[in-house]
Amino acid sequence: MSDIIQTDMIIIGAGPVGLFTVFEAGLLNMSCHLVDNLDKIGGQCAELYPDKPIYDIPAVPHCTGQQLTDLLMQQIEPFNPVFHLNQQAEAVERQDDGKWRLTTSIGTVLEAPAIVIAAGAGSFVPRRLPLAGAEEREGQSLHYVVRRMEDFRGKSIVIAGGGDSALDWTLNLQPLASSLALVHRRDDFRAAPDSVSKMRELVAADDMALHIGQITELHGSAPELEAVTIKNPDGETVVPCDTLLAFYGLKMELGPIADWGLNLEKNLIDVNTETFETNVEGIFAIGDIITYPGKLKLILSGFHESALMCQKAFKYCFPDDKLVFRYTTSSTDLQKKLGVA
Amino acid sequence: MAKIHVTDREGQDHELEATKGWSVMEIVRENDLPIEAACGGCCACATCHVYVDEAWLPKLKAADDEEDRMLDEAYQVQENSRLSCQINFSDELDGLKITLAPEF
Repeated sequence: MSDIIQTDMIIIGAGPVGLFTVFEAGLLNMSCHLVDNLDKIGGQCAELYPDKPIYDIPAVPHCTGQQLTDLLMQQIEPFNPVFHLNQQAEAVERQDDGKWRLTTSIGTVLEAPAIVIAAGAGSFVPRRLPLAGAEEREGQSLHYVVRRMEDFRGKSIVIAGGGDSALDWTLNLQPLASSLALVHRRDDFRAAPDSVSKMRELVAADDMALHIGQITELHGSAPELEAVTIKNPDGETVVPCDTLLAFYGLKMELGPIADWGLNLEKNLIDVNTETFETNVEGIFAIGDIITYPGKLKLILSGFHESALMCQKAFKYCFPDDKLVFRYTTSSTDLQKKLGVA
Repeated sequence: MAKIHVTDREGQDHELEATKGWSVMEIVRENDLPIEAACGGCCACATCHVYVDEAWLPKLKAADDEEDRMLDEAYQVQENSRLSCQINFSDELDGLKITLAPEF
């Protein structure tokens, strides 16, 4: 059992509210591990709007999503948070000693007296093609991620999308594939210009094809794929292929959390607003993922909820200790934790 | 009171009161019709995708590059596709007709 990670608090979601929780928990001696399905820290701030301005963080008149993430990382650095990225919190199970055991989609196992769900609008997952026969082909002839490039050697591949993922995999897989075609709805790409020009060189040299349009039909007997129909205002083209890779960006969905026995209201988690505990003892929820009368989905609300939540989580982590309320301005003890005294 | 007409994904029509200065996404969302608008209206996702009735297209300010780029993350994009968070409602749009695009 040595590979089970023991900690005080498991935070699901490494967005701003999850990050700030490391700070609030740290002041109360609780150390944290964070789990996030994205490949980076920052949640929506990093994935959706890293360059967009935010003006409503108290005492920060202006920052971008990425700057807010960076500032929070700086603020929580003294508490040495541990991140488990690229994995989704999958299952929770109560242990005999009262702790919660959380298992992630890639098999990381964590145990703690408190779990905090700070998952925003859910975890980011690839957008799936809403076409007949797509589901039956997923993981067989239709893929939304590339795990092993070698699996695609000798394949006749169609790649859909116009962002960096689509262009990067076009360039990486083109030398391996028996044929490769890129499909995008318009002849303009938001991917890095360098990748776009490399792709255009391959097209000019006849080493790959570029189709402007949208995939509207999958052909062949599922899970096999024989061709796709590409439609544009000028008409339809059927492109033969045995493998389709679709990169339409990420969407957010609640995911496995929906099956944890939590009281949900329209995909939001019900909480006690004194403690931000869910109906399940030891599982807390804060930030955009919760609902209560008067709830506002603001980052600052999530920060407040985090501070209150930690008061109750402390009792699960240190049942025999008394909690004293202190300010970072006046407490040498807190300042020592922050490494400034 | 100004109105907009929204056809939902089941084909049902809704007449909504429209407030000047709100985005069309906000009007749809505040009337509890199903529109995800994941990013909250900052043109950073494509989950408020709608189709605008052809007759109304000339009355709208054209989509800028940023909106067009974000539409790459939508599906079943058509000539009349728009992100509704980028359509600001004004008196000239009284009677605007839109259809919610399929969820993706």
